[in-house]
Order: sequence, then structure tokens, then C-alpha cells
Amino acid sequence: MSDNSTELLHEVADSEYKYGFVTDIESEKAPIGLNEDTVRFISAKKNEPDWLLKWRLKAYQHFVSLTDKEAMPDWAHLNIPEIDLQAISYYSAPKQNPEYESLDEVDPELLETFSKLGIPVQEQERLVGIAVDVVMDSVSVTTTFNAELDKNGIIFCSFGKAVQNHPELVKKYLGRVVPYTDNYFAALNSAVFSDGSFCYIPKGVRCPVELSTYFRINAAGTGQFERTLIVADDDSYVSYLEGCTAPQRDENQLHAAVVEIVAMESAEVKYSTIQNWYPGNADGVGGIFNFVTKRGICEGDRSKISWTQLETGSAITWKYPSCILKGDHSVGEFYSVAFTKGKQQADTGTKMIHIGKDTSSTIISKGISAGNSQNAYRGLVRVNRGAENARNFSQCDSMLLGDRCGAHTYPYLEISNPSAQVEHEATTSKVGEDQIFYCKARGISETDAIKLIVNGFCKEILAKLPMEFAVEARNLLAIELEGSVG
Amino acid sequence: MLEIKNLHVSIEEEQKEILRGLDLKVGPGEVHAIMGPNGSGKSTLASVLAGRDGYEVTEGSISFDGDDLLELEADERAREGLFLAFQYPVELPGVSMSNFLKQAVSSVREHRGLDALSAGDFLKLMKEKAALVHLDPALKARAVNEGFSGGEKKRNEIFQLAMLDPKLAILDETDSGLDIDALRIVADGVNTLRSSDRSFVVITHYQRLLDYIVPDVVHVLVDGKIVLSGDKSLALKLEEHGYDWIRDESALPAS
Repeated sequence: MSDNSTELLHEVADSEYKYGFVTDIESEKAPIGLNEDTVRFISAKKNEPDWLLKWRLKAYQHFVSLTDKEAMPDWAHLNIPEIDLQAISYYSAPKQNPEYESLDEVDPELLETFSKLGIPVQEQERLVGIAVDVVMDSVSVTTTFNAELDKNGIIFCSFGKAVQNHPELVKKYLGRVVPYTDNYFAALNSAVFSDGSFCYIPKGVRCPVELSTYFRINAAGTGQFERTLIVADDDSYVSYLEGCTAPQRDENQLHAAVVEIVAMESAEVKYSTIQNWYPGNADGVGGIFNFVTKRGICEGDRSKISWTQLETGSAITWKYPSCILKGDHSVGEFYSVAFTKGKQQADTGTKMIHIGKDTSSTIISKGISAGNSQNAYRGLVRVNRGAENARNFSQCDSMLLGDRCGAHTYPYLEISNPSAQVEHEATTSKVGEDQIFYCKARGISETDAIKLIVNGFCKEILAKLPMEFAVEARNLLAIELEGSVG
Repeated sequence: MLEIKNLHVSIEEEQKEILRGLDLKVGPGEVHAIMGPNGSGKSTLASVLAGRDGYEVTEGSISFDGDDLLELEADERAREGLFLAFQYPVELPGVSMSNFLKQAVSSVREHRGLDALSAGDFLKLMKEKAALVHLDPALKARAVNEGFSGGEKKRNEIFQLAMLDPKLAILDETDSGLDIDALRIVADGVNTLRSSDRSFVVITHYQRLLDYIVPDVVHVLVDGKIVLSGDKSLALKLEEHGYDWIRDESALPAS
């Protein structure tokens, strides 16, 4: 690569995060530190039933029982600084915590925040087909489109509300896909989760709107531990969108979410994510540590779970949205674009666990690395003994922008049934000087050329996103690539 | 339109001088052919004109329509109306032809102070220009040059030329790898695009292309210099006798 284009790529890679600002809203915080009292404080704040407090406490006991050796997962291609869990406040709720009748009652500063993000709630509300459950610092602030959802018997609310209004459903499914013993961060989340979203689609119902949740970390020094639970009953369908942006910060923030999906017979769940947490400054200071456990189970026959993600943010991303294909003929999909720049590190991928007969899974992962970033795909395809005729197709492509970044691919295959058909393709390419020159020779500027080439590279994934999101995704990628030029 | 004076160019990495005092003057609407043996510097000339990185101009000047070409970046040159048809067109996976050309055409039009084309007008333009070189209009959905045959790639270059409406087009061995039918299609396309305000520099190794695209002037490039210029009969003479007689005749200093 020539000096010129390398220089530009470095500029692009070093460009500043464009969504950095802090909203001045008073919040009510838990005392700093993690102990049993913290867990009790959170549970009491949320007015939880006894069974949930007990579950949290069990999770907490498990968490503290983890020895140092099995504590922080260290197998990822990540350089994780030590995180002082005693220096974090585990609960922070906006002080005014009423139920809003209309948007007029919402803190104007909050609305201003959303408009800065380019997602004003008013506009969202008017956008046909999107119901937004806005989660700000863990507590659900406003829910729209409830009437439309009620009509269909769909439950879509904050996790806290679901605990109050639908305890039987929460009790039945909580921890079923991601038990608190699953991993270090899942245990931590189970003990101290503050809020999140809950969604239940009844039998035979096709959710008429795209369900959408925006998460935001706002109060300084507050880890956010959301918990999302989606249950799709027999023959139902739901498309769920999750988008994240976070304000600029100097200290690292821990984000350890858990998402659980249950798809019953012939149900289909499509889960889409745009992740744009603050990645830290050009020197790698600050930024979100994003340690997420996302997993769905295709419980019933012919069920389907599809994960699509655009990951552009966070200082460190550790995330493997996975599918357990338990039902016969069930289908799991994972489509991912991970873009890293500056000093970002991402280790992301999926696990496809084939248990039922005639199950199939598809994995398409596109990693783009710029600057000094490290970008790894890590994926497991496991075919159990009884999983007759399992099919998997995996494709992992990596693109390097510049010469100081890294791309890595770690595929794992565990095949215990000889009838399985598993295909894996992987490519690594570098945005070529030739490609950039070809574009420039047609009058296209270098920045636009890189955007074109990168967009072309991830096109098939972005096309999987719901339309509203696809536009946002392309804009986000363009902003991320823009750098200080253009 | 284009005036090159005493151009000396080295390849940056090799410190090797490729062009050694090249002079060339192309007037508006003229078609100039540049012929020469392998390694004479033909492609280097095309690359330097288009602004590819990796070449160092150590001496001389290039003026393009009154501007100092060497002061401009490659994309600026394209917007100013200089077009290079690549010898080896580059593939852009996932980037559709229509997206690529939309971006190219709009940046060129914006630079020239023209209004952006409506989506409908743009598609109409694409259809019209694709027909010039018998390209399937369905190509607009295909990725740039990906999966194109050799002939399609070359026709695609002429199609892009037509879309961008340049003042000066440089064809870098556009005939290489083409069968006679494809050659004719490409030449017909170019001939249609000839006009009094568009000049061409046709770089070729063989005389064959010049049967179809008849040049006003033929130059012979040997060892980085134009050693002989003449009318189209010169091309025929080269075809017949090769390049050796020129070396002898021009009595080049031993290099």
C-alpha cells in the first residue's frame, strides 16, 4: 500500500467517536461495590418477589465461588485489563421514575439526547412499524405502540415490569437458555441485572411491528447489566432490533448483558443488533468493555433463530450469539459485520449446537480491521451424536485496512455424527491500492472509495437487517469510515 | 489539450528511469496512437497521466487543458476530464456497477457545475451508453468487473468512458486479449465517442486496433522517448518491419 492511502487509512482509523456526550439527568445510584447487600439493594429497589431475590443470590454465590482460574475467560484473542468489580456502582436509575402517559412528560433533556443520536422518540413513534422500549441506564423510560401489541396479546415491556405483571412467564424461562452457571459474566449479570426487555409472542401470532430497543449507558462509572428474554410460542414470528450508542467517557465501563431466546414449534425469531458503544479514544483510553452472552434455543421442531449484528463500537467486544438447535428441522443463522479501528479489540462469532435431526445452520461473518485494532472470528459448529443429517455452511471473510491491524479466524468443528455436512470457507483480503486507484481514476475520492469497497464487502450482511436498520447501519459504517477527511 | 514536455519518470521503488525526456502534444479532438515494443514505457506513461502512485516525475511538465496535471490527485484529474481505460480493470466485489457509476458520475458532474441526475435519467444514461458497446443492461446489478469475461471487462471500460464524458481518454492496451469481434465492438464504441472536443491517446502494441480506430498521428515510443511520429502509414510500416529499424535509424545513444 502506498504512503498516501496508508496515511488515509490511518486517519480513518483514528477518527473520533461522533456520539460522545453526556446527558445531565439526576440518577439514583447503588452504593459502590459488589456484595450480597448490593444484590439485595437492587432486588428491593425493583420491588422483586422473593423467588427472584433467591435466584439472584444463588447466582451471586456461584459468582463468588468461581476461583481466579475459571473466573475471567482468557481464551479469547483479547488483551483484557483487570476490572475492579468493587469500584463499580451496580444500579443507577433516573431519579424521576414515573410512568409517562405521553412523551410531553418525559424529561426534555432525555428527548434532546435521543435527537442528538438521530433517533428522536417522537419520530420513532410516528414511524409505522416500530415500537421502542427505551432503556436508559437500565430503567425502562417509555414504551410506545403498546395498544397495537396488546391487541395481538403480545407482551413487550421492561424486564422489571414483566417480573411484576407476568411473573409466571419470567419464572418459567429465566436462566433456561443461559443459566447463571454458564460463564463468569453471565453469573455476574444474573446477580446484579438491573433491567432489560421482555417479550412474549403468543401462539400463532405474527408480530406486526419490528420490536426495537435502544440501550444507553449514561451515568458515569455505572456498569450496565441488562437482561433480555424473548419467548416465541408455537407458530409465532417476531423481529427484534437492538441498537446501542453510548456517551464519551474517560474510564472503562463494564457492560455484561445476557439475552435469552426461546423459539417453540415452528416459531421464528429474528434478532438484529447495531452495537456502537463508545470505543475509547485514539490512545485506547476509556471505552466500553462489552461482554455479552446471547443465546437462543430452537426448542420446537421447525423453529428458527436468526442473529444479525453490526458491531462497530466498544473497546473490547466478547460476544458469541449462539443457537441450540434442539427441535428437528430447526434452523440457526448468524450474520455478522464487525468493524474495529483505533485500539479496539473484538473477539466475536457464534456457536451452532446441532442436537435435533435435520437441523441446519448458516454462519456468515465479515470482519473489517483498521488502525491498530484486532478483530477475531471465533465460531463453533458442534454436531451431536443424535443429530442426523445436520448441515452447516460457514463463511468468514476478513478485510484489512492498513498495515497495523490484525484479523484472525478461529473455527472449531466438533462432529459426532457421520451424516453431517459441514462446509467452511475463509478469506482474508486487504483493501488494495489497485482498487482505490481504480475508483479515483473514475473521479471518486479516496474516502468514498474506501466506503464503497467496505460497503461492498459487507453488503450481503447489511441486506439481512430490517430496512429501517439497514439505512442506519450504512450511515453508521460511513461515519465510522469517514475519519477526519470528507 | 495535453502537452507533455521533456518528461522524465522513475519508478519510486526501483530508482530506474522509465521515461527519459518524452514530448507529446495532443490537440482537441485529435486521436494519437502510441506504439512501442515491450518495456518502452507505454504503460508507465498511461499510469503517470492518470496519477497512479509509485512513480516519480524527476523532470519535465504535463499541462492538461491549461492546468498543471502533476499538481492534481488522480481523482481530481478524473473530475477535470481525464479518463484512463485500464489494461487490467480491477474487480470490486460487492460494489454494484450502478452504485459505482452513480458515485463517479455525480462527483464528476458536481465538479463541472452540473446538476445531479435524477435516478430515472441516470438509469436511462446507463442503458444508452451500455448499448454503445453491446453490454447487457443487467450488468448494473453486477459487481464491478467481478465475474466479467476479459472482453466484457474491456467493453466495460469503454462504457465507463462514455458515462463520464471526458475531454481526454487514454486507452491503455485496450485491444490486448480481445478477439476480433470484441475488438470491433470496442473500436465502434470509441469511434462513436470521437468528437471535436474529445481527444484520445491510444496506447497499443499492435497495429491491428488502428485499422478500426484510425489515428491522426502515430508516435513510436522506444526506451522512454518518442523517436518517430507520422501518420497512420507509420503503424503499417511498424507492423511489417518491427521496431528494430527505428532504433537503428534514430541512432539512439546506447543505454
